[in-house]
Amino acid sequence: MDATTRGNERSAGVNKTIVERSSDRELLITRSFNAPPRIVYDAWTKPELLKRWWAPKALGVTLFSCEVDLRVGGRYRYVFGHEEAKAMAFSGTYNEVVPFSRLVYTQIFEPMPEAGEGTITTTFEAQGAKTLVVSRELFPTKEVLEGVLASGMEKGMRATLEQLEELVATLV
Amino acid sequence: MVETFAALSEPNRFRIVELLRSGPRAVSEIGDRLRLKQPQVSQHLRVLKAAGLVDVQPRAQHRLYELRGRRLRQMHDWLDRYRDLWEARFEGLDELVEDLQKREGVKSHGRNDKRK
Repeated sequence: MDATTRGNERSAGVNKTIVERSSDRELLITRSFNAPPRIVYDAWTKPELLKRWWAPKALGVTLFSCEVDLRVGGRYRYVFGHEEAKAMAFSGTYNEVVPFSRLVYTQIFEPMPEAGEGTITTTFEAQGAKTLVVSRELFPTKEVLEGVLASGMEKGMRATLEQLEELVATLV
Repeated sequence: MVETFAALSEPNRFRIVELLRSGPRAVSEIGDRLRLKQPQVSQHLRVLKAAGLVDVQPRAQHRLYELRGRRLRQMHDWLDRYRDLWEARFEGLDELVEDLQKREGVKSHGRNDKRK
């Protein structure tokens, strides 16, 4: 009757998501995936694939549009939200693009341009048949980091957290 | 929510919140306990109230200030929630990469973990 009963068939491969605050303005997100870097990198960068995971249904959020010009100096823009009329966007520019291995890009949350620009460094590292993804999110200031986290939580998660927990439980 | 963080970043306001964890208190009592002047306490309480961290309960002839637990809990586990957001995304990404890998397997038979 405990988690192990229903957990185990899939959870041999369950990978833990770690989110740490690595400095007052930096977050580190670490996760492994059961696929080689090539596949994970594609899922991370191709619009048609991003649409399948970046905006979790459990949170009632949809990725309305997703443009990616994956080259140094190229721009991306993700438009998302609960309803299209009130959609918000993240956008930025790629500073480094090393296929299947490393991305460095800037990020602006368009509703709050005054908050400034963050920089995200994401690496994809093969570990046996898995890929270790480490994403380092450097925010312009400490206040922005806290504000962004809090507002994301406020808008996206408050009402749906229980639903999310249920969903995650059924997925294990 | 940004103002919630701002509200707590002032040390005396943080001390007030800490004190209110043990239960609702009147302005005078907060001042006594923390050795702050009453106008100062009132000013801090106004900021905390605007940030949704405390509420006022009129009781008899006092106005008692108490913590709004939910707001505080939210504050406390904001990092957890951010993790939850990413975890929700990654659950989807897990399914996607599994799917992509299966398709690739169908195409080329066998594991292609290693590229040439």
